[in-house]
Amino acid sequence: MPDAPGLELIRGEIEQDHPGAVLDTGFAQKRAVLVVDSEQILEVLRWLRDSPGHEYGFLSSLHAADYLPATPRFAVHYELLNRDRVERLRVKALLADPGDDALPELDSCVELFPTADFQEREVFDFFGIVFRGHPDLTRILMPEDYVGWPQRRDFPVGGEPVTFTYNERRYG
Amino acid sequence: MAELTADRTTEVMTVNIGPHHPATHGVLRLIVDLEGEVVRDLKPVIGYVHTGIEKSCEAHPYWKVIPFVERMDYVSYFFQMEAYCGAVERLIELEIPPRAKYLRTIFLELNRIHSHLVWLGTTALDLGAISMLWYCFRERDKILDLFEMAAGQRMHTRYFQVGGVIEDIPLGFEAKLREFVADMPVRVGQYESLLDRNEIFLSRTKGVGIVSRERLLELGVTGPLLRAAGEPWDLRKTFDYLAYPELDFKIPVGTVGDGYDRYRVRLAEMVESTRIVEQALDALPEGPHIADDRKYVLPPRSELPVSMEALIHHFKLVTEGYRVPPSEIYYAIESPRGELGCFILADGSAKPARVHFRDPSFVNLQAFKDMAVGSYVADMIASLGMLDPILGGVDR
Repeated sequence: MPDAPGLELIRGEIEQDHPGAVLDTGFAQKRAVLVVDSEQILEVLRWLRDSPGHEYGFLSSLHAADYLPATPRFAVHYELLNRDRVERLRVKALLADPGDDALPELDSCVELFPTADFQEREVFDFFGIVFRGHPDLTRILMPEDYVGWPQRRDFPVGGEPVTFTYNERRYG
Repeated sequence: MAELTADRTTEVMTVNIGPHHPATHGVLRLIVDLEGEVVRDLKPVIGYVHTGIEKSCEAHPYWKVIPFVERMDYVSYFFQMEAYCGAVERLIELEIPPRAKYLRTIFLELNRIHSHLVWLGTTALDLGAISMLWYCFRERDKILDLFEMAAGQRMHTRYFQVGGVIEDIPLGFEAKLREFVADMPVRVGQYESLLDRNEIFLSRTKGVGIVSRERLLELGVTGPLLRAAGEPWDLRKTFDYLAYPELDFKIPVGTVGDGYDRYRVRLAEMVESTRIVEQALDALPEGPHIADDRKYVLPPRSELPVSMEALIHHFKLVTEGYRVPPSEIYYAIESPRGELGCFILADGSAKPARVHFRDPSFVNLQAFKDMAVGSYVADMIASLGMLDPILGGVDR
């Protein structure tokens, strides 16, 4: 893992190329975290992947979290890995809830990391976060006609009718 | 007449395979475009066994989440437990005692052998070697006997706890495990002699489903699939967790990355896992099997009738559980299928705000299209077997 000063150096270098892209850095549980403006996420990921001396070329995991009641509410996490130096770096893109029924949006990184294909679909499926430019952004684990974003914190657990034919016949 | 047949072979036909098909190893549905017998395009459709485990985890205290996560990838349940418990331990900064580290390593590696045995039996069955299934399940049963002896359950044991393991291994376990460890390399040799020179097995696996190392890395594929393509990447070597840094073992790699290499890598891994189990058993330190922090770990049963303090701690832990300070973590381990990562977001309450598993089967399944397009339908089935997805883990 990059240590705390190393993380600040990375931040400084990104700031030179993309001013305003890095919002914050964090260092918790021995893990470096880079909080990034979601509008510039692609530039930052490309920079981290390609610039010499960094080369975080492997995307281990892409997942999202709902920080309700905090604002901005959502974050998409990119767990990057440099396999030569065995260093992990988490990039966090913060996303505000646009309100009403509008969905938060950010750019898809499938072009940079083809592994993100299924994982972005999963995030869309569960959180309703739209990845612009994704080749096939459809629900992946929930049924195609499902309504709602089940992993959001304000989505209730249970209360869903179980559609067994026995129940239908008996209870209508 | 000749024209008709010519038309028929060049026509692209879309065929639906699954979700209930014996060759898909679970409820996987494949939409396949076929030109004659050649696969031209392929789309896996998943989600048929999605049960919302990650959502259910959010409604339960940390210690009650363990049985949920075990049931994701139902063949490698110890790995899910370790990913989850390890992540929680790192969040609350709880060090586990050395004996627990070694016991966990032993059970993880036994589970790895078990998982590879299930894979070998079912995949060989797909390729027509029916007897392999019985031989593999014979050895698998011995492992399940060991699990039952230590944890009381054959599958989904809930043996790992936050802080260590729930119980020390019982009397007689060591002797039985040593018997198994002495037996297993011989058994692997027998599997090899059944398959290695089997004409049908060789022609069904050699040169089938090759994907280049670079492409596999782009697709995020890890585990035996990546190692079979020649990339010696194993989290047990690269990251420091449990007793692995103190044990001597090798990482088997392949050269071409075809089905045969994947088979060889997994068989070699079984032998290496046996070596790890043996070494860990020899070096098993004495001492407690679970941490002594009463804020997180249940007090021993014997203390409950005599100690008021113990009773209070017990009551508190069972009713509310323990609170975890607001933080987040991603902890990854090497499962039999690759990098198994657990992401936990803690919001300061006694229940996790988000539990996410980066399941290796889910990510590896993306490479299936690259493996199968351009090959025959029969080779597609062989490739799927060699990919070894567990649909419980894919769908969660």
